[in-house]
Amino acid sequence: MSEKKPKRREFLFTATYAIGVVGAGVVAWPLIDQMNPDASVKALASTEVDLSSVKPGNTITIMWRGKPVFIRRRTPDEIAEARAVNVKELIDPESDEERVKNPEWLVMIGVCTHLGCVPLNDKGDYNGWFCPCHGSHYDISGRIRKGPAPTNMEIPKYEFVNANTIKIG
Amino acid sequence: MKNLLRILLVFIFTLNTNNLSSAEKIEYLETDWSFKGLFGKFDRSALQRGYQVYTEVCSSCHSMKYLSYRNLAEKGGPEFSEEEAKAIAASFEVKDGPNADGDMFFRPGKLSDKFIMPYENVEAAKAANGGAYPPDMSVLIKARSGGADYIYSLLLGYEDPPIGVNLDDGVYYNKYMYGNQIKMSSPLTDGIVEYSDGTEASIQQMSKDVTTFLMWAAEPHLEARHQMGFKAIVYLIILTTLVYFSMKKIWSRIETEV
Amino acid sequence: MSDHEYTPKSKAGKWFNDRLPLLTLANHLTDYPTPKNLNYWWTFGGILTFCLITQIITGLTLAMHYIAHADMAFDSVEHIMRDVNYGWLIRYIHANGASMFFLAVYIHIFRSLFYGSYKAPREIIWIIGIVIYLLMMAAAFMGYVLPWGQMSFWGATVITNLFSAIPLVGEGIVTWLWGGYSVDNPTLTRFFTLHYLIPFLILGLVVLHIWALHVPGNNNPIGIDVKKPSKDTVPFHPYIVIKDGFALLMFMIVFAFFVFYTPNILGHADNYIEANPLVTPAHIVPEWYLLPFYAILRSVPDKLLGVIAMLSAIFILAALPWLDTSKIRSAVFRPLYKQFYWILVADVLVLGYMGAMPAEGLYLLIARVATAYYFLHFLVILPVLGFKEKTLPIPLSITEPVLGGTPNLAAAKNKESFKA
Repeated sequence: MSEKKPKRREFLFTATYAIGVVGAGVVAWPLIDQMNPDASVKALASTEVDLSSVKPGNTITIMWRGKPVFIRRRTPDEIAEARAVNVKELIDPESDEERVKNPEWLVMIGVCTHLGCVPLNDKGDYNGWFCPCHGSHYDISGRIRKGPAPTNMEIPKYEFVNANTIKIG
Repeated sequence: MKNLLRILLVFIFTLNTNNLSSAEKIEYLETDWSFKGLFGKFDRSALQRGYQVYTEVCSSCHSMKYLSYRNLAEKGGPEFSEEEAKAIAASFEVKDGPNADGDMFFRPGKLSDKFIMPYENVEAAKAANGGAYPPDMSVLIKARSGGADYIYSLLLGYEDPPIGVNLDDGVYYNKYMYGNQIKMSSPLTDGIVEYSDGTEASIQQMSKDVTTFLMWAAEPHLEARHQMGFKAIVYLIILTTLVYFSMKKIWSRIETEV
Repeated sequence: MSDHEYTPKSKAGKWFNDRLPLLTLANHLTDYPTPKNLNYWWTFGGILTFCLITQIITGLTLAMHYIAHADMAFDSVEHIMRDVNYGWLIRYIHANGASMFFLAVYIHIFRSLFYGSYKAPREIIWIIGIVIYLLMMAAAFMGYVLPWGQMSFWGATVITNLFSAIPLVGEGIVTWLWGGYSVDNPTLTRFFTLHYLIPFLILGLVVLHIWALHVPGNNNPIGIDVKKPSKDTVPFHPYIVIKDGFALLMFMIVFAFFVFYTPNILGHADNYIEANPLVTPAHIVPEWYLLPFYAILRSVPDKLLGVIAMLSAIFILAALPWLDTSKIRSAVFRPLYKQFYWILVADVLVLGYMGAMPAEGLYLLIARVATAYYFLHFLVILPVLGFKEKTLPIPLSITEPVLGGTPNLAAAKNKESFKA
């Protein structure tokens, strides 16, 4: 059997195909990556907020990465309420201590974890937030208590630069 | 294969006509740019010095509106460290606002800020410069047909006007400027900046450094482009060779020569 | 299509194919009998398809970042060049891709002129090709306006003003094109819309171009009718596919060199200055691929006649199948035509060069002579040549020289045919 010749030929063709396919794959990457956040968007990834004018019991909404961030200065009653909840009964068990750096300040992304609407302030059955789109109720720690949302409202990465300023992102 | 050579010949011809059409008659000063050539890269220290010349000299009149302070720390650029770039940004007062009271205010610059502008608008720039607008320098190198050589030559091309040429006030003679008359006085003098790396700040040195900086500003991805280009062409040559032999194999099944 | 009726082997394939004969189409495309003596000049059809697809894909991605507004267009292009991931790469491919596209289309057209591919029964292929070429010019011109640099703005001003040459309604048409009293934001947004649309029209016409090609089949360097399938033909796949692929890769090497090492050489420096309606650049020059027509426009001293001459220079090509009266297709067997062909090539190159030079003095004179010769070639030389020329005997088949005593046949087979 003179199998040698066809084999070498096959190797040449396989190598050509393989290298061609790899090249096509590499070319696809820039075309895909161009849709990822660009350098100017990435540079805006952090923002600083002055908290000095927020009164206890009030919430301010600021923009971060194109999304609303709720910053609530909670009253002692509200903190007590948030901490009195039995964590085990929650849909998404998480204690209030895990969700805040300073109990007075609740900082969270104001986007309902169901389908992305912005929940309303001081509404709902749990004295927290209520999403008008599909009726999710959040408590004063931003945890989901009732409704279709699967998880608690997300906490962004943030830090206190000083007593009156936080840096988000 | 012969035909392919002819294709290349036709191609080179078209290229030549184009070169001829855009070629300027002036011969520019030449210097050894590190960014020229297939593997050309920027000289980091030249970029850093060039940035210093830009900020201390040019930036009082010329804006660079497409650059941000973050670019100074990016790969392929002057590559200041993140901390250095932050410090540079913070040394500028950036207008921001409006704040909660509706007022604009000044704050120290951040990495994401664009380079601050010397003038509020084009009209203000013109008014402050005898009616001539100092062009934005972000893409200046690409916006002049001589490119880097032209800017370099221009900076070194100031001389006394030849006898018989009378210049108005605020107009200077430059042998590389279009029409030889320029409204910018020679911006550089020996030692106008003090380089922290000990390089002597001669006019030549500063011209070269700032031109290198402007080249990077106009083409910030030049290094990535050169590197990717080399890889792409090597890849294409390998694949072309493989396809060539595959083609020969396939066409050997019939009598005709490919 | 091949003689035999195609039936898919698998049951599912047959079921699908009975309802939508895509597999029959695929089979037709792979088996399509192609003359086996096609030389490398025939690979530019495939290269052009590649160019079109490259332009569409890079164009779509650029459109995701570009902003069609007079105040923001220039900024958004700089944003693409600086911040968008691989934006510089995509834009340089798109900008240089336009030049590569025209380079390929000119070779494609001149190949057709040399080998008489426009003649019966391929007139429709040729005319569709001319329409594609016209649309390419429109797309390229409008694309060049989008970065909103100085050349964009003034190029748009000059070209749209050509329409003002039309008597009576000219001014009205120009105002209508602009959507205002000068080139401005409304002009930019409509150009962007049309620039986005035209490539898809071209794509549709390319399908018709290939469809019309597959009816009579390819012409070939000898220019004789080929029986298909026969000993004179090879199936498109793998023979032509691999050959086209090889040529395409060679083309891509040149393309890559431009994109990565001299990305701005084919453009104009002034287009990196933002559009300014108050200042016109010192020299307004169109892109290289439009220069011959620009030279024709300027060589006629009258405004309206200049425009007519320029448009005629393109439309005259559509009448070519009837202007060329020769029964013989390939220049290989037309010794006189071959010489006139090369004179025409030189003439067009001269016109291109003159288009880049200032329209004055000797340049203008040469441009006028070259313009006159261009029309002379098509309107006088070609029709007369068909009757007067003594052609060489042609073989009856590619493989078997049935007609003996044809000294040129050997030459034709060795592809020496393209020597002037």
